[in-house]
Amino acid sequence: MTVEIEARVAELVKPYAGKRSELIQALHRVQSELGHIPKAAQAVVAEALGVPPSQVTGVVSFYHFFRTAPAGQHTVRLCLGTACHVRGAERVLKAIQEELGVGLGATSADGMFTVEGVRCLGACGLAPVMMVDDEVYGRLDPKRVKRILREVGKDGG
Amino acid sequence: MKIARAHVLVGVDDEARLAGVDEVLAVLRGAIAELGLEGEVRVVETGTLGISGRGVAIAVYPDGVYYAGVTPADARTIAEEHLWKGRPVERLRLPTAAPVARPGEILGRQTRVVLANCGVIDPEEIDEYIAVGGYEALARAVTEMTPEAVIDEVKRSGLRGRGGAGFPTGVKWSAVRLASGPEKYVICNADEGEPGTFKDRLILEGDPHKLIEAMAIAAYAVGARTGIVYVRGEYKLSIARISRAIAQAREYGLLGPRILDTAFSFDIEVRPGAGAYVCGEETALIESLEGKRGWPRIRPPYPVTHGLWGKPTVVNNVETLANVPEILRRGAAWYRTLGTPTCPGTKVYTILGHVRFPGLVEVPMGTPLRTLVYELGGGLPEGRALKGLLIGGAAGAFLPPAALDVRMDFDSLAERAAVLGSGAILVMDETTCIVDMLGSVLRFFRHESCGQCVPCRAGTDALVRLMAALQAGEGGERILSQMVEIVDAMRLASLCPLGQSVALPVCTAVDGFRDEFLAHARGNPCPRCWANAHPREGAP
Repeated sequence: MTVEIEARVAELVKPYAGKRSELIQALHRVQSELGHIPKAAQAVVAEALGVPPSQVTGVVSFYHFFRTAPAGQHTVRLCLGTACHVRGAERVLKAIQEELGVGLGATSADGMFTVEGVRCLGACGLAPVMMVDDEVYGRLDPKRVKRILREVGKDGG
Repeated sequence: MKIARAHVLVGVDDEARLAGVDEVLAVLRGAIAELGLEGEVRVVETGTLGISGRGVAIAVYPDGVYYAGVTPADARTIAEEHLWKGRPVERLRLPTAAPVARPGEILGRQTRVVLANCGVIDPEEIDEYIAVGGYEALARAVTEMTPEAVIDEVKRSGLRGRGGAGFPTGVKWSAVRLASGPEKYVICNADEGEPGTFKDRLILEGDPHKLIEAMAIAAYAVGARTGIVYVRGEYKLSIARISRAIAQAREYGLLGPRILDTAFSFDIEVRPGAGAYVCGEETALIESLEGKRGWPRIRPPYPVTHGLWGKPTVVNNVETLANVPEILRRGAAWYRTLGTPTCPGTKVYTILGHVRFPGLVEVPMGTPLRTLVYELGGGLPEGRALKGLLIGGAAGAFLPPAALDVRMDFDSLAERAAVLGSGAILVMDETTCIVDMLGSVLRFFRHESCGQCVPCRAGTDALVRLMAALQAGEGGERILSQMVEIVDAMRLASLCPLGQSVALPVCTAVDGFRDEFLAHARGNPCPRCWANAHPREGAP
């Protein structure tokens, strides 16, 4: 399994070989293919770009976008910006917790949803807002959130 | 461009997508084809029309009629009634201040320089940008002006950085021009992340060529060959539009080697970020471009001498750059007719929260806050009273209603110890708890503190803990003085503006809304805080 991942990652980062400034680009590519960036993949990236493994791990852990463990089938990103807060983002979070049984930074027991808090998504006119995968949902209230999560869960199940 | 009898502009941005703009477009085009109007009416997908939170927005020209909240069924009605029979659909029509609404006048009196083309031209077609005078300024600069003359013009215009600090743009360029070394860079900071701010996104989506032109002018002025747009990773549509625009500019010889047959060569690449608020700080952004954690550098030296790869580097915000082409095209003297003597030009704001018309507006510098909130934002919904405003993003100032007459420019706000910041104006009605809002702001800072320097890392954490105690009605009044002490230390000792600026929201909130903080400190129950501090019990 590890060998397989290593071979795949080595192929993915070929265009960035020896280019240490392209580290973030290379990691974007790995994550978009594997869904996350496991330890084994980080070592391969370090080797290929010629940077210390500690720098790769440092960068992966620094940026919110990168993850080291697989996410659930769907990712819920709840906007925690001020405009969403003033329009009730906390109530939306509560509804998510009630529906999925987990809060920010966790994956539901059935592996279906990962819940994340994100900084302002810039869709403040529709506050409060969340993204489920690449879809944006606005003007949320607790009832609507639960309905959306149920529908997404059904479709992608 | 073909000449059409009417143009239908459809605002396509992330918000409109969510409201189903794709379906509206499909129905609209289908109806136009069915009615045989294809040769006469042209449908243009453009950037935002400046109307936020009201679904799909459409403008019909030359009539100057604006529609909002358009559904697919409405699109058919608009095609049949307005485009075919010439009768505007009053039911969907948006009230505008002027009898004939020009783009500059929608939702009140705006002066549009930066946003002049947003919602007017098709941002995916370079020809449309050129047709409204685009790339004229670049052509003039590289064929008729010396780099020094360009810098001089920008200096005389008085343009100041719109990223928050208000540093004179011409002075920055001049420093990079004078810095030694053959290799220099121009970076456009599009890592917009201040809560409640989306102006840069809408400029990128609505008028990407303006940014390319401005970057090329900056590069010519300072002597750079490489430009980089560092854009927030989440802004998918912005990335797509700017990338497409760059490719078109290359095709036209406006980017690449020997631009317009001169000795000037310049090209731009787009680099998406990976989600870190601190990367909006210019030295953190540069670190990130070098493939590292976005840790701010110790300054001096400044990027103008030691920037990307240690080379002289201009870092300008999207909005700052978007001013440049018009300054060169119409001259510094014209630019100075807008705004105030020390802050010429316009400013783009996002008006949000409890207002009737949330959205994006552009007005001259020095416009009173009251005008922005009540005329351009439409005021609060009926029956609601204003409690306060948060100006400039999370790292901004909480202002009480008494501050409504402050003029919005760098210097007038500085007198009130406030900042223009990102241009976000969050309006809060009387149901809002300022203590709860400050709690949200502080949690944001704790989350985004990069962890490099102790004052910010430990300070933001201590503040969040103190706030939690305050919101739970524990701890007493001394919590307030403790918080002020902590932010004072952070202001003095933090490495970058992230840690330094936390003092602003904390001090303005505690000063301006002291009674509310005292009530919390004395343990008076606040339903809002109770609900947010106890997520399970407080559900309505």
